Amino acid sequence: MDLLIFQVPILMVQASMDGILLGILFALIAYGMALQWGVMNIINIAQGDLVILGGYIAYFMYLYGIHPAWGVIVSPIIMYFVGIGIYKLVINKVVDRDLFISILATFGISILFMQLMNFAFGADVVLANSGYGTTMLFDNSVVLPNSKIFAAIISIIFAIGLVVYMKKSKLGRAIRATAQNARAAKILGVDTEKVYAATFGINAALCGVAGALISITFTIHPYMGLPYTIRSFMIVIVAGLGNLPGVAISGMGLGVFEEFADYILGTEFRIGSVFLLLVLILVYRRFKLSKKREYLK
Amino acid sequence: MKIKNFIITFVSAIALILSTSSISFAKVVGDKIILGAAVSLTGKYSSNGVHTQNGYNMAVDRINSMGGIKVGGKTYKFDIIYYDDESNPKRAAQLAERLISQDGVEFMLGPYSSGLTKAMAPVTEKYGVPMVEANGASRSLFTKGYKYLFAVLAPANLYLDVAIRTAVELNGGKGVKIAQAFEQDAFSQDVRLGILDAAKETGSEIIIDDKLPKELNDMAATLAKVKATKPDVLVVSGHTKGALTAIRQIAEMKVDVPMLAMTHCDAAKLSKQHGKNSQYALCASQWHKTLTYKDKWFKDGMTYDADFTKMFGYAPPYQAAESSAALLVFKDAFERANSFDQKKVRDALAATDMQTFYGNIKFAPGGQNVSKPMVLFQVICDNSGKCENKVVAPLKWASAKLIHPIPKWSER
Repeated sequence: MDLLIFQVPILMVQASMDGILLGILFALIAYGMALQWGVMNIINIAQGDLVILGGYIAYFMYLYGIHPAWGVIVSPIIMYFVGIGIYKLVINKVVDRDLFISILATFGISILFMQLMNFAFGADVVLANSGYGTTMLFDNSVVLPNSKIFAAIISIIFAIGLVVYMKKSKLGRAIRATAQNARAAKILGVDTEKVYAATFGINAALCGVAGALISITFTIHPYMGLPYTIRSFMIVIVAGLGNLPGVAISGMGLGVFEEFADYILGTEFRIGSVFLLLVLILVYRRFKLSKKREYLK
Repeated sequence: MKIKNFIITFVSAIALILSTSSISFAKVVGDKIILGAAVSLTGKYSSNGVHTQNGYNMAVDRINSMGGIKVGGKTYKFDIIYYDDESNPKRAAQLAERLISQDGVEFMLGPYSSGLTKAMAPVTEKYGVPMVEANGASRSLFTKGYKYLFAVLAPANLYLDVAIRTAVELNGGKGVKIAQAFEQDAFSQDVRLGILDAAKETGSEIIIDDKLPKELNDMAATLAKVKATKPDVLVVSGHTKGALTAIRQIAEMKVDVPMLAMTHCDAAKLSKQHGKNSQYALCASQWHKTLTYKDKWFKDGMTYDADFTKMFGYAPPYQAAESSAALLVFKDAFERANSFDQKKVRDALAATDMQTFYGNIKFAPGGQNVSKPMVLFQVICDNSGKCENKVVAPLKWASAKLIHPIPKWSER
């Protein structure tokens, strides 16, 4: 138990800001996962590996002298096609099967991606330097790296863009229709196969954006994908399926909660406390649902 | 077509049997002493695994071309059977078993990393196979009472000990305030234990003691605490990821601390990836090319550096240098034992007391090398942004004066 944060209250502002900025970035990854889960009923274990691959795209641009921020545009375009490729090769064979099969399949993809990235890019931890400075607030007592602010802004832009696209475009409507009832959508002339492929592609593109942002703010390594998968999974669970605004709130909430846990309980309990919160939320949900008698035992 | 396939399969099977038969009764074959090694050529340790292998190969080449090993009046040459352990401890243990029971290897070289060495040591111990390892520094390797394990490197708890002692010295002998962040893995936690010991002995106080989860990519909370509490020394150890994350976020958050000490700067290519932001960081290293140790085979660190660079096209990190030293230790032990009896070689290894280009080597009863101190180098950059690692402690080998305290970010 550490009381530093109460002795130096300005740290609460720092912790909240850090948590929110981190949470927004994670929410973007979770957003893709929620979309895909809702539409295709697939939990993508390879989500984090797609993020890392997106990060490598930005990193290689940086190596060749292009500013890594351009990765935010290039990476999703490449990743969209990578996503379509994965769908055509593997996912379309498991999309109608039960959840367990899709978890196994994407777990396999995850391992394959890790090894391939390790083989192609080497086992060194790398990062791309954006050269963005620092924003100081409250007489220099709260510091926010501009790279994290940049990451949060880009994440918000993409998230809003996606919501608008889902509402207005033809494909967006088709995706929503398929999510509601795939069979009915098919009968009414929606090419669900195409919708699935596009959904997987969009998810991969979102991962690409997030990866590019992570290469600027954190570090990239072929085996670092899994924590991103787990985190986005948790965000989606807390938000509840099909609740896209909830994803943003739960992403930020978990981010802030985690930062405070770090200050108060200690860094070693940071991840553990998030899992504890997850368990509590699930138990509470079950309790609430069983009271409403909507929950079938 | 079927017959053709059959013939191809048959011929390749025969070829495979012939090619492996020479090693299937290996230990000492003709004039060759065959050593076994499992190193990480793929998987997450593959970069350092390759450094390890290159270090071994360089020493084998050198020893063989300079007359080999003389045992019982006869001259022998070294040869190594390599397997790829895929950076996986289970695989490493299997391969140790295979090297010993199938390939008949009677002497082993270590893998890369503490974790893999920990997996292999029980196997080599069971069969009484002497293993000289160069890349497993975890303290727990040397407290299990292993009799056949010898490490040419200093144990992990000594990595940053010298940094704390230097800080105390600069503080006029008075204790300092230490903030530390260590990843939760065997190696980093051993480094942490070393700091705790050093703090106790010097009367220093640990004001932040963060244990970073392995999954964590973000040290913002730790660094905000550092900003608020203003320690004299910040110590960070979390492999290459930890080193890179720390430097990035210290620069971004403009954390001013008089001394920053860390591990894995070499492996993280800090100065290349971060340039001037990495300036003034103090890094623990097992070896540096400017140290003045000498031996007959590689002469000294500078010559080793030049020869290695010529052979492999990149400058040797300390992981390569210590791996080369392992072979020198084996050669010395074989000659003193004047036998290939495993027990005799083991006793000769235990009695090792020699100087190599890499440092003095003398084993404690636990198997760790106690006569070679760690060195600290500081990243120092010139105005053009080119950075170099300069040894600053211990003073005996210092090629530059320690810059202390680190200038504030606002003054840089």
